[in-house]
Amino acid sequence: MLLEKHQSEVERILAKYPDDHKRSAVMPLLFLVQHEEGYVEAQAIQEIADILGLDPTQVSSLIGFYTLFHNQPGGKYRIQICTDLPCALNGAEEFLDGLCRRLGVQPGEITEDGLFSIEPVMCLACCDKAPMFQIQAPDGVHYFERQTVDKAMDVIEALREGEAHD
Amino acid sequence: MTEHILLRHREIPGLDQLETYRKHGGYDTFKRVVTSMEPQAVVDLVRASGLRGRGGAGFPTGVKWGFLTRDVFPHYVVANADESEPGTFKDREILESNPYQFLEGLAICSFAAKANVAYVYCRGEFWDLAHVLEDKIEQLYQEGLLGEDVFGSGYDLDIYVHLGAGAYICGEETALLESLEGKLGQPRLRPPFPAAEGLYASPTVVNNVETITNLPPILEKGVEWFRSHGTERSPGVKIFSLSGNVNRPGNYELPLGTTFRELIYEHGGGIPEGRSIKAIMPAGASSAILPATDEVLDTPMDYESVAAIDSQLGSASVIVVDDSVNMRWLVSKTVHFFRHESCGKCTPCREGTYWMDHIAARLAADQAYPDDAKLLLDVAHGMQGKCLCALGEFSVMAVITAMKHFPEDFNVHDGDDR
Repeated sequence: MLLEKHQSEVERILAKYPDDHKRSAVMPLLFLVQHEEGYVEAQAIQEIADILGLDPTQVSSLIGFYTLFHNQPGGKYRIQICTDLPCALNGAEEFLDGLCRRLGVQPGEITEDGLFSIEPVMCLACCDKAPMFQIQAPDGVHYFERQTVDKAMDVIEALREGEAHD
Repeated sequence: MTEHILLRHREIPGLDQLETYRKHGGYDTFKRVVTSMEPQAVVDLVRASGLRGRGGAGFPTGVKWGFLTRDVFPHYVVANADESEPGTFKDREILESNPYQFLEGLAICSFAAKANVAYVYCRGEFWDLAHVLEDKIEQLYQEGLLGEDVFGSGYDLDIYVHLGAGAYICGEETALLESLEGKLGQPRLRPPFPAAEGLYASPTVVNNVETITNLPPILEKGVEWFRSHGTERSPGVKIFSLSGNVNRPGNYELPLGTTFRELIYEHGGGIPEGRSIKAIMPAGASSAILPATDEVLDTPMDYESVAAIDSQLGSASVIVVDDSVNMRWLVSKTVHFFRHESCGKCTPCREGTYWMDHIAARLAADQAYPDDAKLLLDVAHGMQGKCLCALGEFSVMAVITAMKHFPEDFNVHDGDDR
């Protein structure tokens, strides 16, 4: 069971909220289980529902509503490029196209090695350092600012090398 | 350049370290407040300062606190760190580089609101930042600046960080509270307002990160000092997030009432590659677009003056648009954003943003039907005044104002029946 593996973290999360309002812990718990596989499996939805006394539908509806939750596998590293207005005024759409070409995928597709998927996303509050992207990785979400396709490929190759040594 | 009040880290390296922050007077103010003032006196002082909410609405902060139901407890304070308006990136800089001034402000706000628990609702994309913030909060507990009986005052305070998961609508305060309760981030009908029934149906104050970061200096230096910055009705300084077609994008802390011209040309270094300025969006994607006339450029950026030229200051996220940009494309970007972020609760917004996105995309791709421009405007007018929250209302602003000020950009394929 996923949550048994993270007993202390689950308790730390639950302690943040009043006794009669533990439902507040649902999003932190979704983040916790998502770290294992990069997406939330049906079994985990049931576990979270059981812990919080919710209906599984109340848990899974959040996955559909919030963009950082996923119910299907993507690349292990999800490359999310902001193409919103301020970034687009500074070359973000060309950056997305260029990076897709270099990786040989379309937005939404996963690279052959299963490591990377790439998608345009909405504003990431980094408008003065465009083009930029975030990587949603198993260990969290990280920002990469003032990017070029070459610089982004360096980041990607470094991650690939790290995976090869794992 | 005078010294920064909010972006103090630009003068003081290492201000994100507690030791450095305390060396520069950090937590002296909270100590004095919590040991020698009554909560009501703090509320009165903030009301007298004229501080207005920096998240976008510009509502007077002390007045908002005054609405809290007095005899129902517990009270909660929630810091809105769900910064998501396209063009806004000021709270991120505060949280990254001057986090303790924000946390001290949050403690002052909580004391004034008679709350013993405060949550920082941080957008999920600020993952790294939120985890650093949690470590800093832990350090405050260790130093006795948070927790039980702070400074021997008898006042207890806990602060928790709560991560969102990617939904612009959660910046709207009632949607934020729903999300914090573990539900879909959809706005509530108001009234009741959060001050009466907020988090867990308890009286709640929700304030923006920048608003809260103003509190330690206001409590330290007083009302008169605060009012010596900015204008009479919009006192203080503001962080202007400058982005788009400008040479030096970034955050600029300036007195409210600074002109667009000074921000864009003096601080921002003007427009790149010798192009000229076409339009300004003073409040991010939610803006009513302003044509960059001399009159507009010389308008002071305070809440009243920007409203007087039919736009709004909002969170002061100024997006500069140069003459190479076609407004059809720009509008397709903004409505695409709002379609993606519409929460789906009310029909005018859910359906309206969907259709605006489709029509604007056709216009931008030069694949429009003959009446598409008129249809787009019809949908926008049809939504106005009918949406449950500001997201829907703001989604039509760029559409209506771009077509009003730049009609030539929408005169495409007239008579072309494809």
